[in-house]
Amino acid sequence: MLELKQLYQGFRDPTTILSLARDIARLADKLPAPLNVMEVCGGHTHTIMKYGLLELLPSNIEFIHGPGCPVCIMPKERIDQAAALASIDNVILVTLGDMIRVPGSHGSLASFRAKGCDIRPIYDPLDTLKIAKDNPKKTIVFFAIGFETSTPMTAVLLQQAERQGIKNLLFHINHVLVPPAIDAVMQDSQTRVNAFIGPAHVSVISGAKIYRSTVEKYATPVVVSGFEPVDVMESILRLVRQRIEGKAELEIQYTRAVSEAGNLAAQALVNQYFQTRMQFRWRGLGEISNSALALKDEFAHRDAERIFADRLPVKQIDDHKACQCGDILRGLAKPKDCKVFGRGCAPETPLGSCMVSSEGACNAYYRYQGIQKETVARS
Amino acid sequence: MCLSIPSEVIAVDAERQSVTVDTLGVRRDVSSHLISDPLAIGDYVLIHIGFVMNKIDRDDALNSLELYREIVEKMGGNPLN
Repeated sequence: MLELKQLYQGFRDPTTILSLARDIARLADKLPAPLNVMEVCGGHTHTIMKYGLLELLPSNIEFIHGPGCPVCIMPKERIDQAAALASIDNVILVTLGDMIRVPGSHGSLASFRAKGCDIRPIYDPLDTLKIAKDNPKKTIVFFAIGFETSTPMTAVLLQQAERQGIKNLLFHINHVLVPPAIDAVMQDSQTRVNAFIGPAHVSVISGAKIYRSTVEKYATPVVVSGFEPVDVMESILRLVRQRIEGKAELEIQYTRAVSEAGNLAAQALVNQYFQTRMQFRWRGLGEISNSALALKDEFAHRDAERIFADRLPVKQIDDHKACQCGDILRGLAKPKDCKVFGRGCAPETPLGSCMVSSEGACNAYYRYQGIQKETVARS
Repeated sequence: MCLSIPSEVIAVDAERQSVTVDTLGVRRDVSSHLISDPLAIGDYVLIHIGFVMNKIDRDDALNSLELYREIVEKMGGNPLN
């Protein structure tokens, strides 16, 4: 009988992590070229740093931290739009967790809250329904963020608002898609990425199938990986094996919840409410076509971006010159390469968004850089 | 915001489309709107921002743990040696 405790401990067991590390080190000698693995998602970055996995790998295997943290990739102008919405009389702006601390060009949402705007962080999108019911004379705007994982939750919120006749709930949609971001990384002439571990939770919803084109277009292996350290190490081992055998295939490591097809009910809900947005500017990656979602025209009455169009700033704002979040998100620099890392930019005073979220590469480096890691000798 | 958490279902409210889950001792109600198959007490599920995303396949988890046990054994039990 499997117990929940086993699910955690079994996939975090230090002896297993080290055994996998030794297996990887033994095989890595046979790699024809260095393996540069992009972990697309900030959740993986967090695991890699927290469990010291960087130190466990041989020198010809490198992690490159990707653009898959929804907080990190949000351009300043979208945060400025959220701040503008929150500044309108009788508007309550609701958003998820870390988003409130990301700096826009006039400050973070937290600083606007300090100035008197009604901005509420939540951990469950459906809590927004209660806020809307409790404040019938106000307009509630849900500032929706996240990749494929979080989009269906926004769809359920919209569905419930429609079904329950809650008219005072609007949406500012910032949902983005993983495959176009991977394309942008691979099409960058400077990229060194030649393998991917894909985030399991994205594929729990969208299926492993979303990486088929990556594997085929770029002859690059992709392993859809769980978030526990043993999951990540097993995924690296699978990538090493593929490279040695000269293969580029799509594999699912996290078979305990991910399938090729994904959660079809969730996909149907997303398709019911959302359409692809022609252009979206990503922090660090710039404009990427068809890389984000917007509400379908039939839900225009819920779309804060359309309803308040005349009040929303559209000027594109670049990052602070000293901040290298852009290069870090494209895998061209490491947090420690940035001149302001740990100096002007720290979790309490983030200059760039990679320092804000606990899943951001800079935050993870900052938080765990002092940890002593065990090293594994090659056998 | 993207970490998804394994939890155990300890109560089901089909009418409200919600379940109560236990995440290593912490109990809370989460939405089951995104799950088309029925959930039962004792199921393991993945939770993300207040929603059940999917069930965790118990047999697959056990198979993985067994595979890791074999890897550790193959490495002589103590990989630091």
